[in-house]
Amino acid sequence: MSSTALFVQSLVNGLNQGAIYALIALGYTMVYGIIRMINFAHGDFIMVGSYTLFYTIPLMINAGMPAWMAVLAAVVVCTVVGVVVEVVAYRPVRGAGSMTALITALAMSLFLENLAMILFGANPKSVPSIFNLPSVKIFGARLQLNYVLTLGIGIVIMIALQLFVKNAKLGKAMRATPQDKQAATLMGINVNHIITITFAIGSALAGVAALMYCSTYPRCTTDMGSMMGLKAFIAAVLGGIGSIPGAMIGGLIVGLIEIFVKVYIAPGWYEAITYSVLIIVLIVKPSGILGKNISEKV
Amino acid sequence: MGKFKDKRWAYLINFIAVCVLFISLTAVFNSGSLGTRSTYIKGIATTACYTIIVVASLNLLTGFMGEFSLGHAGFMSVGAYSSAIVTNALIGKGIPNLLLFIIALLVGGLAAAVTGVIVGAPTLRLRGDYLAIVTIAFAEIVRVTFCNLQITGGGRTMSGITKLSDFSSCFWVMVICVTCMYMYVRSRFGRTIVAIREDYIAAAASGINVTFYKVLTFTISAFFAGIGGAMYAHYMTAMIPTNFNFNYSAELLTEVIIGGTGSLTGSVIGAAFLSSLPELMRQFADYRMLVYSVVLLFVMIFKPSGIFGTYEFSLTGVVSKLFRKIKLGRASQ
Repeated sequence: MSSTALFVQSLVNGLNQGAIYALIALGYTMVYGIIRMINFAHGDFIMVGSYTLFYTIPLMINAGMPAWMAVLAAVVVCTVVGVVVEVVAYRPVRGAGSMTALITALAMSLFLENLAMILFGANPKSVPSIFNLPSVKIFGARLQLNYVLTLGIGIVIMIALQLFVKNAKLGKAMRATPQDKQAATLMGINVNHIITITFAIGSALAGVAALMYCSTYPRCTTDMGSMMGLKAFIAAVLGGIGSIPGAMIGGLIVGLIEIFVKVYIAPGWYEAITYSVLIIVLIVKPSGILGKNISEKV
Repeated sequence: MGKFKDKRWAYLINFIAVCVLFISLTAVFNSGSLGTRSTYIKGIATTACYTIIVVASLNLLTGFMGEFSLGHAGFMSVGAYSSAIVTNALIGKGIPNLLLFIIALLVGGLAAAVTGVIVGAPTLRLRGDYLAIVTIAFAEIVRVTFCNLQITGGGRTMSGITKLSDFSSCFWVMVICVTCMYMYVRSRFGRTIVAIREDYIAAAASGINVTFYKVLTFTISAFFAGIGGAMYAHYMTAMIPTNFNFNYSAELLTEVIIGGTGSLTGSVIGAAFLSSLPELMRQFADYRMLVYSVVLLFVMIFKPSGIFGTYEFSLTGVVSKLFRKIKLGRASQ
C-alpha cells in the first residue's frame, strides 16, 4: 500500500472510530449537561444494546426484515434500562452531592456488567453482519460505505439534538433545569420529568451507537462498555462536556488519534497517548475545547 | 478514669490488643484445628493484610480529603512492579529475607509516592468528577506502560518473584501502616485536610495552602498503596498488568465506601471482611461483584457515608467505659 493510501485509509478508519465514540459521547454529554453527573453506566447501556442486537438480528432475518431493523429493539431496550436505572438508582441520591452520584453511577455500571456476565456468560458473542454495503476505492484506500453511514448518522443526530435543545420547548426546559432547579420548578417545569426524558434520549442514543459499533466490530463482551465508555467519556470531556458539537469534535479527535498512533507511532501505546492527551487538555483547559468556563462562586 | 485516656496508656492498651490478636491468629493457624485448610486460610489473612493497607490509604483521599481516586490500582501496580524488579536484582546477594522484604516495601512505597507527586502536583487543582477521570486515565497509562516494557514482562505474566510476604510480617507491616495513617489523620495535617474537605475556599481563606496539603495527602496515600502493592507482588509471586485494571480500582473504592468514608475502622473491617468473603464462599465467586454493586447501591441510597460513617473504634474508650460501669456497680452496692 502506498503511503498516500495508508494515510487515507487511516483517516477513514479514524473517522469511523471517532464517529462511534462521538455517538457514545453525545449520550454522556446530554446527561452531564442536564444533571452534572458522569453516568458511568452509559457505556454499559451500549453493552446492553449490543446483546439485544445479538439476540434480535437472527429474529429479524428469520422474519424477512433487514438486519438493521433490530436497532429498534436495541433502542427500546436501552431506553427502558436507562429510565429504570435513573428512577431506581439515581433519583434517590440526586440531592446528596456529586460524590454520592458518581459512586452510584459506578455501582450501577458494575451491577449491569456483572449481571450481564451471569446472564450471557463470559464468552464473547459474535454479532451477525448488519449492513452488506459495498466499499469504494479512493486513493487506493478502501472506504466502506457503512463507515460513511456511521459518520452521517452521527452528524445528523448531533444537528438534530442541537436544534432540539436550542429550539424545542422541551429542550429549553432541559437547559433551564441545570441553571436553577428551583426557578425551573417555579416556571412550571417538572424537573424529575425532564431528567427522565434526558436519560431516555441518552440511552436511546446508546442503542444507535451499539448498532454502529457492532457493524464495525461484530463482537460483544460483557466488559465492552466500561473501556469504550471511558474513551467516549474522554471524547466528551475533550470537546467540552455539556456541549453537543463538542462531543462530536472530541469523538472524532479521539478516534483519529487512536488510529494514527496505532498506524504511525507505536501500536501498543495508543491508549496511553489518548489518556495523556486527556490529562493535558484537562490541565490546560479544564472545560474542554468548546466548553464554557464556569468559575466557582463562594 | 482519665488515666485510660492518657496517651501512654492508650498506646500500651492498643499494643497489647494487637499482640493478643496476632498471637491468637497464629495460635489458630499453628494449632492444626483448621486441618488442611490452614495454609489456605493463612493466605486469605495475608491477602486481607495488604488489602487493608490499600483500602485505608484510599480512604485517606476519599474519606478525609473528599477527593476521589479511581486509579488507586495504578499506584499499587507501580509499587508492585518496582519492588519486584528491585528484589529480582538483589536476590542471591546474601541479604537476609526480612531485610530484603523491608527494602522491597520501601522501594515500592517510594516509587508510588514519586508517581503520586508527579500525577498529583499538576492535576490536583481539578476537583471531583474531573479528578476521578484523571486518576482513571493515569492508572490506564500505567497499565499500558507496564504492558509494553520488557522489564515488567512485556504484557505477559511477570513470574518468579521471590515469595517474601508471609502472614506474620504482613500483619506487622499492616499494623504499622494503619497506625501511621491513623496518626496522620489525627495530626494537625489530618485536621487540615478535613477542613479542606469541608470547605476548601474557607480553608484557603484561613491561610491553608490547599494545593500543598492535597498533594501531600495524595503522595502519602500513594506511598501506602505502593507498600500494599509490594506486599501483593511478593505474596502472589506472579502478576500481569491487567490485574490492576479499572475494575480493581473500582473494587477498592467500593470497599472504602461500604466500610465508611472517613473511618479507618470502617476501612480495616470492610477490607478484611470483603477480601476474605469471596475466598470463604468460592461457589458464589461469580456473584461477588454483583452483590458488591447491589450493596454499594443500597449504602448510597440509605447511608451515603458508609456503614461506619465517621465512627472510629477506640479500645481505650471501651476500656474506660467498662471501668466506669464496674465502679458504678460497686458504688450502688
